Amino acid sequence: MTEQQSFWEFIIAQHEKLLLQIGQHLGLTFLSLLLAIAVGIPLGVLISRRRTLSTLVLGMAGIVQTVPSIALLGFMIPLFGIGAKPAIIALLIYALLPIIRNTYAGVTGVDPVVVEAATALGMNKNQRLFKVEFPLAMPVIIAGIRTAAVINVGVATLASFVAAGGLGEFIFGGISLNNSNMILAGAIPAALLAVMLDLIIGYLQKSTLKTLRRVFYILGVILIATGLYFLFSTKPEHKIIAGFTPEFMGRQDGDLGLRSIYGLKLNPLVVSDAIMYEAAYQAKLDLISGYSTDGRIKAFDLVVLEDDKTIFPPYYAAPIIKTRTLKKFPGLEETLNLLAGKINDSIMTNLNYKTELLKQTPEKVAKDFLVSQHLYKKANLGTGETIRIGSKIFGEQYILLEMYKMLIEGYTNYKVETKTGLGGTKICFDALMNDAIDFYPEYTGTGLLVLLKPSEKTIAKVSKDSRQTYVYVQREFKKQYSLQWLKPIGFNNAYALMMRRSQAQELHIRTISELGNYCAEK
Amino acid sequence: MITIEGVSKNYGSNKAVDRVSFQANDREILVLLGTSGCGKTTTLKMINRLVEPDNGTIYIDGKNIREQKPEALRKNIGFVMQQAGLFPHYNVAQNIAVVPNLLNWEKQKIESRTLQLLEKLHLTEELLNYFPHELSGGQQQRIGVARALIADTSVLLMDEPFGALDTITKSAIHDEFKNLDELRNKTTILVTHDVSEAFELGHRIGLMDKGKLIQIGSPAEILYHPANSFVKDFFAGNRLMFEYKIASVKMVQPYLKKQLKAQERIQNANVWEALQFFSTEHTFNEDYEALLQAFNQYRKLQTV
Repeated sequence: MTEQQSFWEFIIAQHEKLLLQIGQHLGLTFLSLLLAIAVGIPLGVLISRRRTLSTLVLGMAGIVQTVPSIALLGFMIPLFGIGAKPAIIALLIYALLPIIRNTYAGVTGVDPVVVEAATALGMNKNQRLFKVEFPLAMPVIIAGIRTAAVINVGVATLASFVAAGGLGEFIFGGISLNNSNMILAGAIPAALLAVMLDLIIGYLQKSTLKTLRRVFYILGVILIATGLYFLFSTKPEHKIIAGFTPEFMGRQDGDLGLRSIYGLKLNPLVVSDAIMYEAAYQAKLDLISGYSTDGRIKAFDLVVLEDDKTIFPPYYAAPIIKTRTLKKFPGLEETLNLLAGKINDSIMTNLNYKTELLKQTPEKVAKDFLVSQHLYKKANLGTGETIRIGSKIFGEQYILLEMYKMLIEGYTNYKVETKTGLGGTKICFDALMNDAIDFYPEYTGTGLLVLLKPSEKTIAKVSKDSRQTYVYVQREFKKQYSLQWLKPIGFNNAYALMMRRSQAQELHIRTISELGNYCAEK
Repeated sequence: MITIEGVSKNYGSNKAVDRVSFQANDREILVLLGTSGCGKTTTLKMINRLVEPDNGTIYIDGKNIREQKPEALRKNIGFVMQQAGLFPHYNVAQNIAVVPNLLNWEKQKIESRTLQLLEKLHLTEELLNYFPHELSGGQQQRIGVARALIADTSVLLMDEPFGALDTITKSAIHDEFKNLDELRNKTTILVTHDVSEAFELGHRIGLMDKGKLIQIGSPAEILYHPANSFVKDFFAGNRLMFEYKIASVKMVQPYLKKQLKAQERIQNANVWEALQFFSTEHTFNEDYEALLQAFNQYRKLQTV
């Protein structure tokens, strides 16, 4: 019951944001859908007239459909920047296939006798299309639009990765902040939108042509209205355009801390860390929330601003594992601790750089490193039980996972199974608690702020010093979750604000305080 | 008047229509008769350019049809299809009004003309709001005919128009159709594979086989003077019945030895109908005999 109440409390507290996100979500869905209709229906008609083109066009639309949405969004950034534009274009591309295919099927499926009758009565091509073929194909075409609409409501959640807003901000923010209320506040309205659109369009499918014509006029008006909304609303004029991850937006050691401690009110865009660095490099963003060991800092020539009021607590990485699991696999703890203290900040940044920019596989990078440290041993046959390693969805975690895999295979007789790319902290942690994985590398700061969530006083006390943070999370995890923090690997992958080096130099900004001063000047 | 001169159409190596020439006159119903695949429908569709011929020329009232835009040409040609070909998303009124709307007629003119046709085709006004799928096959076909007649074109083409109907509905529609005054000022070409329909409706019959026009002529000519054994064999099965049917009582009249008792009641019938009527009652036995004798006399002269 308390869970229920706090969900409503969350909704009430965040209702402005929620309404804005629903508005953005609807806007993105509608605009992309209407554009897809405007492109897809003529294309469908074209290929029904020239059948030889149909395989080509349907094939192309099919191939584009299979490109993962986040990858497609990534491709859009160099072309269209960030914000609503790339999101709408990506959504448009996803909506195309069902619309083209159903238009084609609908028009070619009209009874040839009826088409011949239309011709024989003296209709020309256009009259035949608009008076006979379209009206008769309409139920099939609308079925395609219906499919596209439902797909688009779903994919539109990913628009938050490119700072286009929408309910994805809550969903992905909630996942990385371990906040179920936030996830639900995004997911439930998104699901309702999908169901509602499906019902409404399903109703249209059965309605008469007259109603349809009226609906099309209304849709036209919506198209223009939302189009204008996006045209005029998505150009915030700020001196510094900031883009933060949904996780960073909701954290005390993130945007909240920047506001309260530095007095920095940036009105940031919400954007995925997968594309954030690229966007900063392309000068679509000026300030981003990154990780201090990220290889892309080096690759994209970014500079980390000094945290002169220490709002970012230390993020030392170490494997976390259930006490029970350690007992189940004797020798595992010693093996995992082989890596303890071996990788410092600059080594980690360099390893990340190798995968991020030099495009080496995490496996090769991991092996090269182990060999150089004389830790590498050839893999045993692995006749024992299987250990499952998890990782979050970024490069550094992949490298660590490969290293642990090689160490376990080299030093013990256990088999290893890897589960890479578990979206965020919450997904990884839940997987661990539910025994879907046996361990994964976690960061002390995340453990403190995202998982334990102690009082602000405690945070202030323990986060000043890396040693204290580690001891605190070690103790609390054992108590609350029966989980062990093994020895830290050595590097500190803390949050960091970063800018393009050239811009930072030009504006003489080295610390976050200096950034605050610059933004405060008018 | 429609003139067809040496028209051919090939589909690959298959000669669908092979150098066909004939003329369809004003105020006549010309029936193109033949089995499936004989080229009769292809020939018909070349007249409104649904199919373009490979060779040959077609004239309507002396004008080469190639010299007009196909759409303009078709608006001046009524067309009735086998499956009625009504638009499923239009109601009856809208279906009938398709061509007038393309021709931008005034609303009132369309309405009055529609009502006029409904009456002639024995359809009730309430049907106007029905959709095609709510109609019987016979009703659909009548609406199809109304749609083809509404613009009062000088040419009417019919592609197996009654082919999908059951026998009883068919003979009812045949009767109506024959007596339709709308056809009086038209050149009508009707395609069918149904031999009795050809004799029932056709002023002249053109028999086709394997893309060629084998013989064209009045029913009597075709029946009594077949051009070759193909034509003869084609009608062999029902020959006698057709002979009775194509001879009207009036034509046989001169050969009657005495006045018939029931003369008035069979005035406008054909011999077949008259004999059937006589055979139902004993009292007409004498009439039956007399008419049969007269017909035999008449027939003898035809075959000479």
